[in-house]
Amino acid sequence: MSRTEDVLRRNKGNGGSLIGYFPLGYPSLKESIDAAVVMCESGVDVLELGIPYSDPVMDGIVIQQATEQALANGFRLRHTFDAIREVTSRVSAPVLVMTYWNPVMQYGQEKFASELAAVGASGAITPDLIPDEASGWIGATNNHGLDRVFLATPTSSPARTESACANSVGFVYAVSTMGITGAREDLDQKAKQVVAEVRTQSSDSMTAVGIGVSTAAQVRDINSYADGAIVGSAFVKAYQQGGLDGLRRKVSELAKGKSK
Amino acid sequence: MVQKLTEQVGPYFGEFGGRFVPESLIAALDELDETYQHAKNDPEFIAELAHLHKTYTGRPSIITEAPKFAASIGDIRVFLKREDLNHTGSHKINNVLGQALLAKRMGKSRIIAETGAGQHGVASATAAALLGLECVVYMGAVDTVRQALNVARMRLLGAEVIPVTTGSRTLKDAINEALRDWVANVENTHYLLGTVAGPHPFPTMVRDFHSVIGIEARQQMLDQFGSLPDVVAACVGGGSNAIGIFHAFLDDESVRLVGMEAAGDGVDTLRHAATLSMGRPGVLHGAKSYLLQDEDGQTLESHSISAGLDYPGVGPEHAWLKDIGRAEYIPVTDTEAMEALKLLSRNEGIIPAIETAHALAGIEKLMPTLRPGSKILVNLSGRGDKDMETAAKYFGLI
Repeated sequence: MSRTEDVLRRNKGNGGSLIGYFPLGYPSLKESIDAAVVMCESGVDVLELGIPYSDPVMDGIVIQQATEQALANGFRLRHTFDAIREVTSRVSAPVLVMTYWNPVMQYGQEKFASELAAVGASGAITPDLIPDEASGWIGATNNHGLDRVFLATPTSSPARTESACANSVGFVYAVSTMGITGAREDLDQKAKQVVAEVRTQSSDSMTAVGIGVSTAAQVRDINSYADGAIVGSAFVKAYQQGGLDGLRRKVSELAKGKSK
Repeated sequence: MVQKLTEQVGPYFGEFGGRFVPESLIAALDELDETYQHAKNDPEFIAELAHLHKTYTGRPSIITEAPKFAASIGDIRVFLKREDLNHTGSHKINNVLGQALLAKRMGKSRIIAETGAGQHGVASATAAALLGLECVVYMGAVDTVRQALNVARMRLLGAEVIPVTTGSRTLKDAINEALRDWVANVENTHYLLGTVAGPHPFPTMVRDFHSVIGIEARQQMLDQFGSLPDVVAACVGGGSNAIGIFHAFLDDESVRLVGMEAAGDGVDTLRHAATLSMGRPGVLHGAKSYLLQDEDGQTLESHSISAGLDYPGVGPEHAWLKDIGRAEYIPVTDTEAMEALKLLSRNEGIIPAIETAHALAGIEKLMPTLRPGSKILVNLSGRGDKDMETAAKYFGLI
């Protein structure tokens, strides 16, 4: 049974959940670990740690620049496991990685899954891996009891949304809007439609909404119809502007969106 | 029954190809695939594209024999398939017109494109002007400098050129930026990808639009020179001109297919773009293929004097043709390419693009394996006008 799903289910009806993203190795491995811990201390229910990648096509400029800097500062793929081991020893929240597919393919998907499980990670979100291409990954994550999160989007057909639900473990990532990561003032109403389609296809799947979420009001709104709100760029920006204290304040502020 | 090599239609070529893109793009790829599948069997579409090629592109392109150039290399005959004579100066227009017509069929009013050397960007801007589409071209900031003339051409044609300042600031990053634009604007925008890479159906569709090169050349060789060539040669960056001329010959076992990759400063240095020679399989820009990458799967920066070959990936069909041994791929350095550029210019009065010069330079490397009198068909994929500044500097001409 997925711990991530448990957390989302437990929080449902109690204000919902906040899922927070931070890139590993940014600005250094140690500082990113501290940032992750601070996020959990200030109201994040599920952590999403990004693995820096040279060609992040799903990311906007904030996360692009942060992950580019992480790589320039010497981030290596193997650091992922060191970081997660430490984070999971310090926090109780489920920890997922967010990774583009090529690093996993090069590491070996079975080995990657095995080592993720060994350091206490709950699973992975794979933004450029669709279920159609994921037979190996589905096998590897099943072998090691890991969550795997696929995406459902405003343009996904009912059949594709059904596939995302059927193949995801933990939750389904409902993409709020057509676009890349980065804060937006107005969240598309399409997010509601995506969540509604997920509910239609799979009444018992947990689903969280991400892309563009940056305010407590958005977190509240999303948790009124979905099972969690995913925030990334807004946290990275808060860290850039105010360090760990700035990050702590931003997470606390957005976590207020979970109060009913 | 064994399927012919020419009948491979994706999404996979052996283990290569596929769709490694965010779910947000799948609906657009499905729509494109469906539209293309319908159009390619629709007499009206076929006639419309053929008419444009005849009256606008200038097809069929001719074949020119290059006897003095050949004699300077050895006892061989060299034939040039003159894609440089196409409107806009390269083979790129073949694919661009096809896709621009598809964009109109899909009711999309805006096209976006990536460009390295600027040739695909210029062709896209041209098609957009012709067909009344809005056009945005993403170009690495490094490339906007070394191909400044093409930036001016695109702007004159009415396109918006956006310099890309992230990553290595070259073609790879221009593709990333175009993909990001597409994810956000997919409802009214067609991504007019310029090479045989990317997610299905791009590798197959772009190949089909360029296959006219090989279809014409094969018939021209038979009609004008009495036999098929012994070797077909082309430069390979993403691989569009190479697959375009190779494809019609895939099932001609007697014809050797050779792709010349950019070796930059040399494949023993870190500064090259010889993806098939030096890379290994992975995923980049939506397809599984060979790529230049480090141990962690991070894409490496490529290097070539020619912006059009300066790409760390390659189309999946080339990866497959290499692995099954049907085509071979050899590296050619900057220096070798520039010498060949000069040689063809002086001997034949034809200034090739620096990309194309790689194919010409590679012929010499094949000599030990060729019979006397061998016929070499080279895809003269583009003309060198855009490269005059680079060449002038390189040779100290002004």
